Amino acid sequence: MLIVNDIKKTFNRGSINEKTALNGVTLHLKKGDFVTIIGSNGAGKSTLMNAISGEFFLDQGSIIIDNQDVTFASQHERAKMIGRVFQDPMVGTAANLTIEQNLVLALKRGEKRFLKRAISHEIRDLFREKLKILGLGLEDNLTQKVGLLSGGQRQALTLIMASLIKPKILLLDEHTANLDPKTAEKVLEVTRKIIKEGELTALMVTHDLKQALTYGNRIIMMHEGKIVADLKGEERRKTTVTTLLNLFERNSGRELLNDRMLLV
Amino acid sequence: MLDMFLDTLQQGLIYGLVVLGIYLSFRILNYADLSVDGTLPLGAAVAASMIIAGFNPWMATLIATIAGALAGLFTGFLHTKFNINPLLTGILTMTGLYSVNLLIMGRANLPLLGQKVIFTTPLAIEERTFTISFLLILITLTIGFLYWFLETEVGLALRATGNNQKMITCLGVNTDNMKLLGLALSNAMVSLSGALLSQYQGYADVGIGIGTIIGGLASLIIGEVLLSNGNILRDLVAVALGSVIYRLVIAIVLRMGLPPNMLKLMTTFIVIAALAAPNLKEKFMIKRGYRSYVNS
Ligand SMILES: Nc1ncnc2c1ncn2[C@@H]1O[C@H](COP(=O)(O)OP(=O)(O)O)[C@@H](O)[C@H]1O
Ligand SMILES: [Mg+2]
Repeated sequence: MLIVNDIKKTFNRGSINEKTALNGVTLHLKKGDFVTIIGSNGAGKSTLMNAISGEFFLDQGSIIIDNQDVTFASQHERAKMIGRVFQDPMVGTAANLTIEQNLVLALKRGEKRFLKRAISHEIRDLFREKLKILGLGLEDNLTQKVGLLSGGQRQALTLIMASLIKPKILLLDEHTANLDPKTAEKVLEVTRKIIKEGELTALMVTHDLKQALTYGNRIIMMHEGKIVADLKGEERRKTTVTTLLNLFERNSGRELLNDRMLLV
Repeated sequence: MLDMFLDTLQQGLIYGLVVLGIYLSFRILNYADLSVDGTLPLGAAVAASMIIAGFNPWMATLIATIAGALAGLFTGFLHTKFNINPLLTGILTMTGLYSVNLLIMGRANLPLLGQKVIFTTPLAIEERTFTISFLLILITLTIGFLYWFLETEVGLALRATGNNQKMITCLGVNTDNMKLLGLALSNAMVSLSGALLSQYQGYADVGIGIGTIIGGLASLIIGEVLLSNGNILRDLVAVALGSVIYRLVIAIVLRMGLPPNMLKLMTTFIVIAALAAPNLKEKFMIKRGYRSYVNS
């Protein structure tokens, strides 16, 4: 479903701020894979997400989604294939627009948009049905401005938007990191539900080892722009927090506990 | 007194198109487009020149509107293709248009004396009644069009472009195209206003554009402060009315003896006050909060 082939990206090349954020990353995802990504701060996790979604062009390597080479496709051209939720709840939705307007924008992700009235009764019914699985009561407030929602509500809405049209790949970048623990839990549950019901292929970055172990069928660890561990199948099933801690120490020579990672 | 009101009403309605255009660029698209100082006289220049050349005033007005759209596209092109700062793109277009407008008119002022214009009434009604009815219908249609457009799939994509570019890009919209569309529409309205203004005043002048943006912003802010509530239809009506109110304020202060040369200065202060108010209020609140904290 997704092939990331030896990609490299260096920011600010030639300046004192030069930073190689991706240093030869290769990754193959099968259809239905739910991969969690962990790694220290600055490891290149977000940059990998951005590379897949096309925020910048690569220095080297290629990206293929569902047999389609998108290496040189611009961000809006690949949008049809990709659903995204960001760490910052403000990024995924338009605050000045209503819940239903945000949803209807997502309903046309990557499609041609026409000069016709965007919202109809049938579409509203569809939105109500989709929002119900959140259990937040958003389905009763379709015409409320999104700017009035809480961070957790916005993040949950973004999840629905990202999966409204089935994406070939769902990218979640620490999408619960800015939420309070209880809300985070809820949003994660919804995430799991949406991925399961939609049989989606997903990449989820998290700094919470427990989360990485609880969700998904594969764990990837990144460090300094590289994938340093890739746990799947039997190996993944046997993985514990201790395994991950040892792996991390071996690869970075640092104690994981000193880092931002949490062991909740 | 009634005469003054009716004359001001006509001006306010004509400039209402400018304010709606500015609303579209500044508020909806979040693009501080200064081109309008050039596209207002562009509309006047094209319409007046064509009318003098013998064209039907409706045709002249239509072409003037299209010319404004093209100028807006040029501004957007500078930003989307060359990544030039929005403020600068507007200034470049505005400055370039000064020469273009002179070129179109052949001189700085073009009178339309005795020409058949769009307000020349074909009916047996008084010209001013006709003009006011015409303008009221036009502004209603424009508001209706904008309201409809901003609720369409494309219109919502345009609004999202102004609100959260990253989000709408992720949803597959080419934001460059949205900016081009918005700026074209906005400047088309401003140019239409210029075309009507020249026919209303009976001349086109290369200098009528100076201060368009500031006057437009003042009207926009007045309308918003007095009448807005975040509903888009209400906003559209509010800013159009803001234009009429602003022209009324001008007419009144002129009557009270303000020298006309001071008008732009007055408008500048209105806009400064409006822009500074939220800031000052915040500072005041912080200070007050601090004081009550210290005193407690
Ligand atoms: N657009 C950018 N410009 C410059 N440097 C960047 C950019 N994006 C990421 N970086 C740098 O690349 C490195 C990896 O960042 P990132 O992928 O955000 O790490 P993380 O694994 O914490 O998500 C960091 O050092 C970051 O500063
Ligand atoms: Mg990150």
